[in-house]
Amino acid sequence: MSDHIIKFDKVGKSYGSLKVLDGLDFEVKRGEKVTIIGPSGSGKSTVLRVLMTLETINAGVVYVGNEPLWHEQCNGALVPAGEGHLRKMRQQLGMVFQQFNLFPHMTVRRNIAEAPVKVLGLSRQDANLRAEELLEMVGLADQADKYPHQLSGGQQQRVGIARALAMRPKVMLFDEPTSALDPELVGEVLNVIARLASEHDLTMLLVTHEMRFAREVSDRVCFFDKGRIKEQGTPEELFTDPKEQRTRDFLKAVLDA
Amino acid sequence: MLFGIEWDTSSELAFAWSILPILLIGLWVTVQATVLGFFVALVLGLILAVLKAAPSRFISWPARALTEFIRDTPLLIQLFFLYYVLPEYGIVLPAFLTGALALGLQYSAYTSEVYRAGLEAIGRDQREAARALNFPAAHTFTHVLLPQAIPRIIPAMGNYLVSIMKDVPVLSVVTVLEMLNVAKIIGDRTFDYMVPLSMVGGLYLIMTLVASAGVRLLDMRLPKQGLPLK
Amino acid sequence: MAWTEYLTPLLAGAWVTVQLTVYSTILGAILAFAFGIGKLSPNGLIKAVSVAYIEIFRGTSLLVQLFWLYFALPIAGQVIGLDLRLPPVVAGVLALGLNIGAYGAEVVRGAIQSVQKSQYEAARALNFTPRQALFGVALPQAIPEMMPPFGNLAVQNLKDTALVSLISLGDLAFRAEQLRNFTQDSTTIYTVVLFMYFGMALVVTALMKTLERLVGRWRYASN
Repeated sequence: MSDHIIKFDKVGKSYGSLKVLDGLDFEVKRGEKVTIIGPSGSGKSTVLRVLMTLETINAGVVYVGNEPLWHEQCNGALVPAGEGHLRKMRQQLGMVFQQFNLFPHMTVRRNIAEAPVKVLGLSRQDANLRAEELLEMVGLADQADKYPHQLSGGQQQRVGIARALAMRPKVMLFDEPTSALDPELVGEVLNVIARLASEHDLTMLLVTHEMRFAREVSDRVCFFDKGRIKEQGTPEELFTDPKEQRTRDFLKAVLDA
Repeated sequence: MLFGIEWDTSSELAFAWSILPILLIGLWVTVQATVLGFFVALVLGLILAVLKAAPSRFISWPARALTEFIRDTPLLIQLFFLYYVLPEYGIVLPAFLTGALALGLQYSAYTSEVYRAGLEAIGRDQREAARALNFPAAHTFTHVLLPQAIPRIIPAMGNYLVSIMKDVPVLSVVTVLEMLNVAKIIGDRTFDYMVPLSMVGGLYLIMTLVASAGVRLLDMRLPKQGLPLK
Repeated sequence: MAWTEYLTPLLAGAWVTVQLTVYSTILGAILAFAFGIGKLSPNGLIKAVSVAYIEIFRGTSLLVQLFWLYFALPIAGQVIGLDLRLPPVVAGVLALGLNIGAYGAEVVRGAIQSVQKSQYEAARALNFTPRQALFGVALPQAIPEMMPPFGNLAVQNLKDTALVSLISLGDLAFRAEQLRNFTQDSTTIYTVVLFMYFGMALVVTALMKTLERLVGRWRYASN
């Protein structure tokens, strides 16, 4: 019995001849906060999208808890999982999208409460209560009746975070949550994520370009390159004393920018 | 005399005034055929759209081919086909119903594309968010995709409603007494085609301008973000 | 009677259909450009005429237009002392061309208007006259945009030619109806005719795709 909540075992994913994940081995401990950095096209977002079952894999096995995510046991062999298994596994994960992906025709409250009602079976009343608590937490208690387009990008993303949290996931996935935001709105979103990291024992997986933020909140930073982890370590190790030339070049390029 | 109404040929103006009620009776038939044809098109189009989106190629491919075939062949021939061939298989329908069925069939090819485009226009991000929240497929369709698709679909469907109205005169070939047919009969009997046919043109112009304005107005009032869910 | 024996008369009709389609599509294209550009004209009169043409022919039914040209126009001619009796083929080509031209004009107008404002600004900065900007800058970019809807209109036009059979022009639809009267073999005849129209539509679509590639060549040029 390991204390890993996520484990990638030689996972491969390719689009035609392009290898996005190339025999990836990767583990995350329960409660760990891991940041993934790397150049675009290095496969870092794909790790999150595979975990959220938005994209399939071509090779290897992904474990969440101790169960394979994309496979089911059948007569001792692993076979591709059916929708029922995926739905069960998905329950443990929550995702925050780069483009927020809020439902434009639902009020903020309904965006958050819809899945608890329809998927977890909460009453509309309990779900609304949960939504309001979460809105309070992300500092948007007074915006519950607005529609997404009436909010700023930073506010929309905070709703996106609340929406994912409403499902009480064990693992939160953040896919470049601030990349689509104007610079002056980045702070409010990062503050919410930082509070979440310090006050909860939630496992968090974060893909970001915000290096300073990565350094503050993560237990571990992984540098991705060409579908594999090129180098990983504590933020201290990776940012101050990277071993690999490739890592040094990347950090130099982004920190100088 | 037609429909028991006499015409007055003493002057062009008197003639026009006297045949107006007759043409309006024909117009009422035109409206009925339009509405019934539109309804058939909405239903058949939805069926075609669902079949075309089927995961199995053995269903989606024939559905796509059928849509293409319907869209690429003339309404007139489809109408003759239904009118003469259906009775051979024991299905005898009144000319009016056969006509509305033909209109609906022809336009189902177009409406099925409207349904498809309306659903596809909703970005992948919405499907992914629904998936990440573990929505059941049916709920994603009814609460995420449809409410956003409907405001996109309605104006396009409205335009096809107007098109159907303009195609109703084709039904005159199977003896349906719609407005153009009525005008033609008046012309045949009075040897004055000018007045009735021009009036039909004018009435059509009024109807399509009003209907198009209605569609535009409706389009402006539809919520662009989708049907709101509180 | 085997279905192959229907082919000779039907093919004769199909040939008339092809000719009608070609002539009326060419007429329609000329009208589409004339009135589509006319609708954007700063000259109020040209603009009004263009708008009136487009609205009248889009707003009334093709069959109404066809009957009007064939049955009503000669009477209007009598009144002003002119012989405006049109042979069916002329009335047919005119009605089809005028009708499809009005739809095409809206396509032309839309495509010209969709050319980015920055292109006109660049043209103005280079001191092009409005005419030069239209023909040298806007149209070459707009025409490839027009091709897909033009393709749909051409198929629409092919289908619409069937209506001229109602003014006793011997096209495919007319021959089919004649044969049916003669043989009562409706299922076979109309099935064959549907497939003949379908085949012709596929050819029209393919031709328009080729044309689309031709006028859009600059888009695919490498280096």
